Amino acid sequence: MPRLSADARHTIRFTLNGRAVEAQAEPRMLLTDFLRHELGATGTHVGCEHGVCGACTIEIDGATARACLTLAVQIDGANIRTVEGLAPEPGRLSVLQEAFRRHHALQCGFCTAGILMSLDNYFRRKPDPSEDDLRDFLGGHLCRCTGYVPILAAAMDAAKRLREAPTDA
Amino acid sequence: MKPARFDYIRAGDIAEAHTALAECGKDARVIAGGQTLMPMLSMRLVRPKVLIDIMHLPALRKIEASGNDIRIGAAVRQAELMAWPDLRDSLPLLKAALPWVGHAQTRSRGTVCGSVAHADPSAEIPLSLLALDGAVELSTRRGKRRVAANEFFTGMMSTTRADNELIEAVLIPKSQACTGYAFQEFGRRHGDFAIVACAAVATDKSIRLAVGGVADKPTLRDWPALDGTALTDALDAFAWELDARDDLHATARYRRELVRQMGLATIEEARKCRA
Ligand code: FES
Ligand code: FES
Repeated sequence: MPRLSADARHTIRFTLNGRAVEAQAEPRMLLTDFLRHELGATGTHVGCEHGVCGACTIEIDGATARACLTLAVQIDGANIRTVEGLAPEPGRLSVLQEAFRRHHALQCGFCTAGILMSLDNYFRRKPDPSEDDLRDFLGGHLCRCTGYVPILAAAMDAAKRLREAPTDA
Repeated sequence: MKPARFDYIRAGDIAEAHTALAECGKDARVIAGGQTLMPMLSMRLVRPKVLIDIMHLPALRKIEASGNDIRIGAAVRQAELMAWPDLRDSLPLLKAALPWVGHAQTRSRGTVCGSVAHADPSAEIPLSLLALDGAVELSTRRGKRRVAANEFFTGMMSTTRADNELIEAVLIPKSQACTGYAFQEFGRRHGDFAIVACAAVATDKSIRLAVGGVADKPTLRDWPALDGTALTDALDAFAWELDARDDLHATARYRRELVRQMGLATIEEARKCRA
């Protein structure tokens, strides 16, 4: 059972948006800082750093997770998806991203990456959510700009389009 | 906000977790989902020298029937229990309480046992465990012991777990025939800590009410099947005995009033859904 020393940097290997990557981290390094500073993946945002705002939400092994409540060393061997992995190809947005644009569901965009990652995961588990389900679900994210109404509209619209043409995700 | 330095041990099996706890339990914290521990580390409310990670142990990730109990392993996430097909029939109180635990985005990693380990006085899972006469299974290299919920929680975020013990599982009795269960909570926003949370268990002969968020630990009261003013008087006496305090979120008086009103509503709901 290896004990990773507090003062050393350790190699972490994992899959990031389908690509095998590795970088170094001290045990205390948060996954948010690891993604942003060590790997340059700045799509994942940092708001509160204690699990409240949802800006840092990503996917770890298929489950939604707050990156700020995760240590880099914990994800050794894991499969991570971040907002950078959503677009099907450069220059093209996913159905969900496109809906956010159409409905003006972002202003400053600080909360957006986390909300997109949450919804992307949610729609795969629950393709036909009611508006109440979505309201409850979006309660796990703070947005200081939009007032949530456009976010809700975009989410409803995206869920509908994904049901009609699921392969375009 | 960054955690202070600590060594990190990823336990490969339960025996390794026991060894790590035996060697450095006093200076260690066990981490599973981390949904409560990580903020405490980042705010430096706790500064362990060692973190022992048990999240990757398949042996701890099981929900199983064990006699009259449902045994939930230490790595079972709250979302996994919520999605467990027998939840409604076997653990209706948990079915009602779990949606109040954090948000979907934190329940996907937060564990059932982690919430019990932290023993926050306003947390829903410790409250439900107490209301149902559940127990905590603690283990070391040498063996296991089982501690009833009413002995496990000793005060504000403190329990009878010894430094070298691993919380391996919680045991929750299955729902009984002719018994109703209900859960209600009041908080500023859904997903916030409860200002007051109530769990009620009712039969035609008895009433039980467990209250969280008021005293320094979840607190339980049993009565015979009272009604009318006898019941409201009993609730009033209970509310006074709870030693409510003023804090940022609510005054003691407000909390007592919530215990009276919401306590009654929860008991009535439990009586209605008595099967
Ligand atoms: S930065 Fe992670 S939840 Fe706010
Ligand atoms: S768009 Fe600015 S915080 Fe949501």
